[in-house]
Amino acid sequence: MTTDNTDTYRIGSYEFRSRLIIGTGKYASFRQNREALDASGAEMITVAVRRVDLAARGADSLLDHIPPSQFTILPNTAGCFTADEAVTTALLARELLDTPLVKLEVIGDKRTLFPDVPATLEAAKRLIAEGFVVLPYITDDPVACQRLEQLGCPAVMPLAAPIGSGLGIRNPTNLRIILETVEVPVIVDAGVGTASDAAVAMELGATAVLMNSGIAGAKDPIKMARAMRLAVEAGRLAHQAGRMPRRLHASASSPEDGLIELP
Amino acid sequence: MEFALNGEVQRADGPLTVGELLERFALRERRVAVALNTNVVPRSRFDQVKICEGDRVEVIHAVGGG
Repeated sequence: MTTDNTDTYRIGSYEFRSRLIIGTGKYASFRQNREALDASGAEMITVAVRRVDLAARGADSLLDHIPPSQFTILPNTAGCFTADEAVTTALLARELLDTPLVKLEVIGDKRTLFPDVPATLEAAKRLIAEGFVVLPYITDDPVACQRLEQLGCPAVMPLAAPIGSGLGIRNPTNLRIILETVEVPVIVDAGVGTASDAAVAMELGATAVLMNSGIAGAKDPIKMARAMRLAVEAGRLAHQAGRMPRRLHASASSPEDGLIELP
Repeated sequence: MEFALNGEVQRADGPLTVGELLERFALRERRVAVALNTNVVPRSRFDQVKICEGDRVEVIHAVGGG
């Protein structure tokens, strides 16, 4: 594969080549998860933190299959509905994984899993004061993204559609406005359902795409992981190449002069 | 004494350290983090911090998530 190794991006002191970030939820097995991860080429992966099952002694664990020595682990605060819960979860995740990175999620509504914007801002402020590198999952709202940037988030992660919905890029114009509004990397997080969605996000100018269900929910997650990798690369290249202008009417590709004249 | 571990009531003869609790559940060698009454207990303090009557202990690990 002809990947441009110089086309990297930074989040704080972290540098990445892969513009695809993937989750570790909903896979049939750790093994399938790992194979999908390898096929995706992702360097950063998200994990959740949950109570240990006291009855399941000696069971396999996720990090046995996806060792933090090989990947950048991005713990999330999924399932948190208040700033307090998110801050405590992030502190535990930092202790667990020795990383200042956190994907901040403060959910405002169970049905849509849309973010609670004021609580996300509050949690971001507190976590940044604690020294965290906060990557916030946020509504596709340019003002909310700008506020998070002003608080010191080194990237913002607007949703493309509800988490796990696979509905694709529902509001490309908002994403474009966000891309114009903030200077930090914009990572499209949630809603990607298939490869073309990832390509669209990248063509719009997103720095990277974060997805879980789009891969784990496919009939063949490993094949879809590869499709997503190619789509993200294709979208990135198309963005850099700059698309042709749209026209209402046709413009012939073949010369209009020198046509054969038939009797 | 009684205390709660991940929401389940546990009993012990007397105060025990976080390290002793983890050993009891064969979690000492696992990659886990511990909160005692919502305060994070650093790994380096597992053998010093004591669990007392009525404490709420959470032991967490990494699981799949998006």
